[in-house]
Amino acid sequence: MLRRTFNSLMVSVALFSLGAGAAIAEETLKVGVSASKTGPLTAGATAVYWPNMQLWVHDVNQKGGIKVGEKLLKVELVEYDDKSGPEEAVKNIQRLATVDKVDFIVAPYTTGINLAAAPLIARYGYPQLIATGNANELETFVKRWPNSFWLLGKASDMSTGVVGTLKTLRDKGQIGNKVALAHVGEAFGLEMIQSAKPAFKTAGFDIVYETSYPIGTQDLAPIISGAKAAKADAFVAFSYPPDTFALTEQAQIQGLNVDAFYVGVGGALSGYAKRFAKQAEGVLAMGGINPADRAYKDYRERHKQVTGQEPDYWASPVVYASLQILQQAIEKVGSKDRAAVTKAISSGTFDTVIGKVSFNNNMLGRVWTVGQWNNGVLQGVNGLGVDGANAPIKKPAWN
Amino acid sequence: MQILVTGLLLGGTYALIALGLTLQYGVARIMNLANGETLVAACFVAFWLFTVVEVNPLIGMLAIAPIAVALNWLIYAGLLQPLVRRARNRGMLEVDTILATFGLLFLFQGLMLLGFGGGYFSYKFLAEPFLILGDSYGLNRVVAFIAAASIAALLYLFLYFTRYGTAIRAVAVDPTSAQLVAIDVPRMAGFAFALGGALTACGGTLLSTFYTFNASMGVVFTMKALIIVIMGGVGDVRGATIAALILGVAETTVASLIDPGLTLATNYALFILVLLFRPQGILGRASA
Repeated sequence: MLRRTFNSLMVSVALFSLGAGAAIAEETLKVGVSASKTGPLTAGATAVYWPNMQLWVHDVNQKGGIKVGEKLLKVELVEYDDKSGPEEAVKNIQRLATVDKVDFIVAPYTTGINLAAAPLIARYGYPQLIATGNANELETFVKRWPNSFWLLGKASDMSTGVVGTLKTLRDKGQIGNKVALAHVGEAFGLEMIQSAKPAFKTAGFDIVYETSYPIGTQDLAPIISGAKAAKADAFVAFSYPPDTFALTEQAQIQGLNVDAFYVGVGGALSGYAKRFAKQAEGVLAMGGINPADRAYKDYRERHKQVTGQEPDYWASPVVYASLQILQQAIEKVGSKDRAAVTKAISSGTFDTVIGKVSFNNNMLGRVWTVGQWNNGVLQGVNGLGVDGANAPIKKPAWN
Repeated sequence: MQILVTGLLLGGTYALIALGLTLQYGVARIMNLANGETLVAACFVAFWLFTVVEVNPLIGMLAIAPIAVALNWLIYAGLLQPLVRRARNRGMLEVDTILATFGLLFLFQGLMLLGFGGGYFSYKFLAEPFLILGDSYGLNRVVAFIAAASIAALLYLFLYFTRYGTAIRAVAVDPTSAQLVAIDVPRMAGFAFALGGALTACGGTLLSTFYTFNASMGVVFTMKALIIVIMGGVGDVRGATIAALILGVAETTVASLIDPGLTLATNYALFILVLLFRPQGILGRASA
């Protein structure tokens, strides 16, 4: 009896796998993704990375697929969790390339993991479109790994962006000369402060308070009191999401009424405006977009509809654009030839949700650096090669 | 003065994180590595209550605490009691429970990731200035501090002035001898574990009013709680409270007068000092 059940089970398994085999036999474009689904980077990846994978596959497959030569191929995503660590990411990429034999790989999430994975991705000849990372010394990096493309600009572009915005405000006589600086004691914060400090000094600002704090700290009352005691006119923090929120709340509680208040990563999240509502008005944050742009507006709408969550005002559209660039380059080449696609990416112009873009020496020429909250929207106020930037305004007092 | 108040408020927050573990580790003898996950789970429930059902977290706590007692009791009875029964000595029990609760940690974390996703969560509750001696502090932190102080006081009264509490302390001191004076040790330990879970959940509820949290953050809280519990003296509620306040004030002093980058260093330096000079903890009794 047991044997008979077992036999029929085996038969049904065999039948099932045959059926599945037939389904797989239909040619697809296999795209591998490895990014964080668990661990400390998950929160960021859930906000700006994974929803865009879902949206892109949805968008592409709804239209029938990607046109590769004569054929229209549906996209098949192979997803792995890198557990927020580079070691796991490297293993995943290896597996995607050798076991799953994917046609293309989406660049992982965050600067650190992209840097760690670059040699391996290059060895297998995949283009690496990095939409969630930036670093200094990109020229050297690109020379070494010519298949890597950078979509968020250099780290120094981001940090000097805020210096430029504050300079604009000061030259208009809207803010004073005294700046308080804080940064998270981690690679990102250090890289930012390294380029920001000399830029502030060159621009003639007076740094009246400067400090770092350990990553993960949300008890930041002493920093706000320090900035307040130093009588700063502007407060600039190169912060990560939990501390971005904590600093903003603490500044309101202690009544740190500076004329410019800038926060780093997390300040461009839709959740920031939701949490602080009217208080967010006039806050400056890393990122930005031209929210009036049609392509972005449409994208925002679809993102909400398909994934059920709102994109942010910085990296989300760039991640989606990186996928569009890959898609358009494949269609242009008309084959899965990675070398040819990489070449097409470096020389072509692409129509994306962040506008018409092209690469110059593998770096995107269009990068938003600073945005300012204005009626619940983070309006870009500074950037490189962008259009639609607003003039920054003096921040009203917390109310 | 401002440093002292900020430090005490921070100490209150730390006490909230650690009190539950004191009971669970000190009395029930369970080194609960999933402590932080219990706390984060309570954050999520409070968040959900506040944003969806629009229930004030302070009132929500009235629902969260009994649920936490029930769930922790079930965990103890179902998962941990078999380990307690088969353990031949305290060392063995510790190893077994660490392994078991390590598994629980991933189970809880996975469930929260499944239910809420990995994103950041926060909401705004009582984020208003509250004046103490002319300086303003977050009202939500003041409320959390008052709650921490009342919980610690109630717990102290309960443990030291009631029959039931004395029985719990007896179990903490010596489970074998406690049996000789007709104390139902397994039941007491289960009760202490459940109560500890409830305290942790209350802590989470209060913390969620001013912390930004996500599903993978539990381990940060477990670490902090562990340091405080060991500093205070395992199983001693007063010791844990004092340790939490000392840490809060020390961190804030260093952050204000020297550099905020050194808070973690201060934390561990104090921990090492205590381990070097009072390995049994601030109020702990040297083991025989």
